[in-house]
Amino acid sequence: MSKRIEVNDLNVYYTNFLAVEGVSIVIEPRTVTAFIGPSGCGKSTFIRTLNRMHEVIPGARVEGEVLIDGNNLYGPGVDPVLVRRQVGMVFQRPNPFPTMSIQDNVLAGVKLNNRRMSKTDADDLTEKALRGANLWNEVKDRLARPGSGLSGGQQQRLCIARAIAVEPDVILMDEPCSALDPISTLAIEDLIEEMKSEYTIVIVTHNMQQASRVSDRTAFFNIAGTGKPGKLIEYDDTTTIFSNPSVQATEDYVSGRFG
Amino acid sequence: MSSVIEAAPLTNSLTAGKLPRRSSLWVLLASWAVSAAVFAMLYLSGTVDGFNLVGTVVFGTVLYCVALYVLSRLVEGSRKAMDRLVTALVTAAFIIALLPLVSIIYTTVVNGLPAFLTPTFFTESQRNVVGGGGGVLHAVIGTLLVTGVATLISVPIGLLTAIYLVEYGRGRLARAITFFVDVMTGIPSIVAGLFAFALFALLFNDPGIRFGFGGSIALTVLMIPVVVRSSEEMLKLVPNELREAAFALGVPKWLTILKVVLPTSIAGIVTGVMLSIARVIGETAPLLIIAGFTSSMNYDLFSERMMTLPVFVYTQYANQGADAQSYVDRAWAGALTLIVIVMLLNGLARLIAYWFSPKLGR
Repeated sequence: MSKRIEVNDLNVYYTNFLAVEGVSIVIEPRTVTAFIGPSGCGKSTFIRTLNRMHEVIPGARVEGEVLIDGNNLYGPGVDPVLVRRQVGMVFQRPNPFPTMSIQDNVLAGVKLNNRRMSKTDADDLTEKALRGANLWNEVKDRLARPGSGLSGGQQQRLCIARAIAVEPDVILMDEPCSALDPISTLAIEDLIEEMKSEYTIVIVTHNMQQASRVSDRTAFFNIAGTGKPGKLIEYDDTTTIFSNPSVQATEDYVSGRFG
Repeated sequence: MSSVIEAAPLTNSLTAGKLPRRSSLWVLLASWAVSAAVFAMLYLSGTVDGFNLVGTVVFGTVLYCVALYVLSRLVEGSRKAMDRLVTALVTAAFIIALLPLVSIIYTTVVNGLPAFLTPTFFTESQRNVVGGGGGVLHAVIGTLLVTGVATLISVPIGLLTAIYLVEYGRGRLARAITFFVDVMTGIPSIVAGLFAFALFALLFNDPGIRFGFGGSIALTVLMIPVVVRSSEEMLKLVPNELREAAFALGVPKWLTILKVVLPTSIAGIVTGVMLSIARVIGETAPLLIIAGFTSSMNYDLFSERMMTLPVFVYTQYANQGADAQSYVDRAWAGALTLIVIVMLLNGLARLIAYWFSPKLGR
């Protein structure tokens, strides 16, 4: 199920503004990779290029290549819709569809694509995805109720269930816990730990304890100053990054001396 | 541990002077009483004829604003005094704005109800009616047909334009469309009528052409910009996160718009459409030109003149026959019918907005 991501010399632009410059990185399958770095350094911008969500913003474009199991995402004739079916994404703020019930939210990837599905298959997929997101026990009695009635942490796990229901190979998470309380955060971190066995997971986080808890490898992004492009400074095993980084800026950042 | 117990302060430093409850109501009544006394004296002294009720209320209210401000300033301080003054002014402005509306509804009901309640009013047309009697069925049917077809034409065009502007439109073309939609909003309705008339007169080479569908076209010209504007605002209100969530699930853009954006904003769009219907259903001038007027039933939009309610009101008033009073009564009853239809439509819009709006599952 999971796939290897290889990025070669990627430049990301907003119209003419170079936001991220020269990123090359290899993300192995069945690992959790954390992106850390100060605000505005291009972590979120970069993670959005991994499933072509970047180009949803008008004027945004990309130079370089992103290979998923050898297939270039930015090759000619690539359909971004097919890319996004393989690379799922969970956003910073929980965003369940307000017009849909909990079950319909989970099945959104199927239903919105007009695919037909028998009721038993739909129920099975709902249960599997909700169990996968650790939410089944909390919502199994109210699947027909609107998703907006859940708490923030439950909504975020609903969004994760929605993302894994389309059975992607890679799951991108853009600060999935930044709007959640510590208990919900813990639930999601446990979930990431479990999902690692099936998916390649990339997570952006501002919380360095979180990065050190959940990730196998960590990438540190930094920015030289306002208006300058963000760059990948260091990419290594999480333990190395947090205990013995090779770049001074990384050590300053992870030890809190940054700024 | 020291056991010095200080005496509790006798006054709380957070308290401030406060007027007694309902004092503003009493000040209002007192102001009106004073004002009434002044006008009563003027009346009794013979300076003016009759007791001036309107003057009493207006000057009493002005007096109330001043008195309440002064009183509150003395007792409560300047901040609360200003608060009370502005509250009084805002309430007064609201009531003044409401007066014409109440007056219109009251006058229409009082004048229109007798003819409105005649048994034949909704079952007969005006064919061969001289003097009293007859009904308004032909105009109700005409209004519903003409406005209904106008809605059928302008809602798809307007909604799709709004979707283009919000979801797809970039650059010069989108700006041009926005500009021309704004221009269309300002078109006088008579121009829309002349446009439809000129269009069909040229198309069918008939300088005296009159038919209901032409009226629908004229109303469409007036209705499209309203639909575009209101739908555009509603679509813009849909959070971008929902679109991104759908894209991230591998949903194509058109399905995202159809199944996420539109359902989320449908309540607002329906309300906007209903408001645009209410805007055009009372149009008289364009229909007078292109749909004409008649006293007979006509169910066919594509041939012969077709009566509509606003035109009915106009013709009943403008061409009074032998029994003038019954024509005027019918004009009022026609106006009342139009108001009732618009109110029903608005009630329906509220219901639809309630049914479709996203629910909270608590």
